[in-house]
Amino acid sequence: MVIQYIFYFLIFPGFLFILAAGLMVSWAERKLTARLQWRQGPPLLQPFYDLQKLFIKETLLPVNAYHSIYILMPLLAFSGMLLAGTWLGLLQFRLSGGFPGDVIALVYILTIPSMAVVFAGASSGNPLAALGSSREMKLMLAYELVFWVSLCIPVIKSGGLLGVDSIIAYQSENRPVLYSFSGLIGFMLALVCIHAKMGKVPFDIAEAETEIAAGAYIDYSGFLLGMFKMTQVMALVVLPLLLLEVFWGGANLLKYALVLLLIILLENTNPRLKITQVMRLFWFYLLPVGILGIFLALNGL
Amino acid sequence: MNRAKILTKSLWVYHVAGATCNNCDIEILDCLTPRFDAERFGIKLVGSIRHADLLLVAGIQNRKNAPRLKELYSMAPKPVAVMAFGNCAASQGMFAQSYNRSLPVDQIIPVDIYVPGCPPRPEAILDAALKLIKKLRGE
Repeated sequence: MVIQYIFYFLIFPGFLFILAAGLMVSWAERKLTARLQWRQGPPLLQPFYDLQKLFIKETLLPVNAYHSIYILMPLLAFSGMLLAGTWLGLLQFRLSGGFPGDVIALVYILTIPSMAVVFAGASSGNPLAALGSSREMKLMLAYELVFWVSLCIPVIKSGGLLGVDSIIAYQSENRPVLYSFSGLIGFMLALVCIHAKMGKVPFDIAEAETEIAAGAYIDYSGFLLGMFKMTQVMALVVLPLLLLEVFWGGANLLKYALVLLLIILLENTNPRLKITQVMRLFWFYLLPVGILGIFLALNGL
Repeated sequence: MNRAKILTKSLWVYHVAGATCNNCDIEILDCLTPRFDAERFGIKLVGSIRHADLLLVAGIQNRKNAPRLKELYSMAPKPVAVMAFGNCAASQGMFAQSYNRSLPVDQIIPVDIYVPGCPPRPEAILDAALKLIKKLRGE
């Protein structure tokens, strides 16, 4: 039993599987971005080479950092993402039934990586990192509310079911939540929210290479930076998986590729927003749309 | 697999703009354009010295920024390579007689490769990057 769970976590559908899939996806993302800019793009194993290199580099601890938190946070971000990923993978491959109410638990677990970035930046002792962590916190404030509202829609559509497994079962008996007005609205909102959660380009205010030089990650190097990069790579698989299971009755390669394509196009066609614009976008434009979606769902549309 | 081979497969470049006239800076950015596309070799420009594998030092090192260059080199996680970029960094160029010059870059920090030119052409930069990769791998 214990060995089985260790296998689930470390090999399939946990660490190795998600990491391998994430590296492939992250290459596809970089290659497609390059092709969209009429460039050649990196070789197939480039994301793997990047990670491999970070693990042989020296890991430096800044003098001003609060060391225990500074070291703990990358590991916490990674383990949060791994836990959510393994959980969703177990549900996807029918290896476990989860428990009633695991939608709520999963969304909470998925905030751990973002919170870890906030604490990591704050503990670095670097002004730009502090700025990055403050921005990440504001970004979380902006998207979390809309994310919850959009996830309410499948819960309402399935008649109050709160387990991912039972929502999938409901969708295979009836039709997927996505094939309705409210489901479509919820899916689009959740897509924008996971885009913000991954910190991709229109919402990369916390990282902002060109203005605050990698933000919260600025002082991280070597192994600890590698942990953060690994978390980002895994998020590319884990977050769309949650979306597909809750809105589209489980994932397959075609659905996943479609969601990924939307994410890459959104990333490549938008400039970075300012923090005020992000707040306004989520609270004043997307939130009313989400509430409209809830009303439609309550009326069975 | 040896460490040099792992390192050279993804060189992240940190651009140390010494007192440049901005000419070298522009030519560095040229390498990222579609025509030259340094990402083919895994080369990427990063904003933080802690992420750097290659310091690209451009410009004349005057008395103000020579100590800062030394500090930057000590802040970079090892192993790290250094490229002296342009005539000013390689040999002090036209500023060799200036009252405000300090030492050439290779007397402040160890330099792996020199790229002469004022400014060097993007082809020369990519050529230098490939030569540097070969040198680090010991080929």
